[in-house]
Amino acid sequence: MKNLKGKIILFSVLGLLVASFFIFSFVEVMQVISVLAIPVIIVIIPVYGHAKGVKVYEVFTEGAKEGFQVALRIIPFLVAIFLAIGAFRASGAMDILTWILSPITDRIGMPGEVVPMALMRPLSGSGALGIMSELIKTHGADSFIGRLASIMMGSTETTFYIIAVYFGSINVKQTRHALPSALAADLAGIVASVIICHALFG
Amino acid sequence: MINIIWLSMIIIGVLVAAIRCLGVTVTPLGIYLAPSFEPLSQLTHSVFDYSEFAVTLALGLVGIMALWLGIMKIAEKSGLITVIARAMKPLMVKLFPEIPPEDPAMGSIIMALSATMLGLGNASTPLGLKAFADMQVLNKYKTIATNAQCTFMAISTSSITIIPATIIAIRTAAGSANPAEIIAPVIAATAVSTTVALVMTKILQRLPRYQVENYLEAEAEEAKHEES
Repeated sequence: MKNLKGKIILFSVLGLLVASFFIFSFVEVMQVISVLAIPVIIVIIPVYGHAKGVKVYEVFTEGAKEGFQVALRIIPFLVAIFLAIGAFRASGAMDILTWILSPITDRIGMPGEVVPMALMRPLSGSGALGIMSELIKTHGADSFIGRLASIMMGSTETTFYIIAVYFGSINVKQTRHALPSALAADLAGIVASVIICHALFG
Repeated sequence: MINIIWLSMIIIGVLVAAIRCLGVTVTPLGIYLAPSFEPLSQLTHSVFDYSEFAVTLALGLVGIMALWLGIMKIAEKSGLITVIARAMKPLMVKLFPEIPPEDPAMGSIIMALSATMLGLGNASTPLGLKAFADMQVLNKYKTIATNAQCTFMAISTSSITIIPATIIAIRTAAGSANPAEIIAPVIAATAVSTTVALVMTKILQRLPRYQVENYLEAEAEEAKHEES
């Protein structure tokens, strides 16, 4: 009985989502989801926690304490990657790379500036985060490049690192099709980001 | 890999700047040189500038990261993951046909993927490792990945992300007018990449190239090498 109720809720949410695409445009639906996501989450999670007997205030502050550690932990990585990116960009080497890749990137409507981030992403999360921050600093958070870099960062993963850690942890040496399918997914994420970004902010 | 990329970016950067210092201009009338230290001093300036920005940026992140990790701690403590896990079970049973539905591995797979979806970060890695360990129990050849492990990997590296907290924090620190506007695009893009990941694993696992038998010989040879 409980399962049935869950199914009804799930299907009505999915149904509403699908229906909304017919009534409103893609852009409108995207905007509404982005606006509602945070308010909904900061209400639902604490309310649910309270109902389950969690001391919401104390637990919140306990988690918030980790925020400092996360921010401080990434400083060395940011400095390292900014050193490389700073040298690469200020020298004009970035312009040369962008120019070389432009025949390919222009075709899918991807600004050459985000290519280094796309290349770094599967190898190093903090490295790619550094490049994304740099793009946002140089071009502005609300520029097309700034938005595209943000979306791309959110929709891809540190694939090589995760595969190495996970398979390493159980001593598997032959990873078979794990890497090609994960990399294909990253590529799909990059292309989808470009298309969606053009549709919304182009 | 990352070491080589990092180093070559610095070397290429300095080299390009050094070449530009020569100030070579090619015209139909001849080649002119206009040497100056400008490109290299620009590079020095930019390198210092960026390292300072690294700290400004990281400090700007503190507030939002604290906010998000606080909310996520409540989600973790309240057992919200188990609710999401229950809703996802029917789908997961279909995606992992090799894992018996009541096996502990199924439970840990669902928990790990739910945590990844919520963007629980630190909490999701141990859950993922646990899921991998549980799947390994069902693995006949311990050094060769199973279909289930590859599928799990593909889903978790492309995972649907509901709230990309760090990115929102960086956008806020950089003064975006609407830092959260990327939430829906990221959900949409990850939905695409997860679909591609699933289709790819299901196609690739059927290819003759990726059959377990192909790896048996390689593994046997390696074992022989280790013995001798």
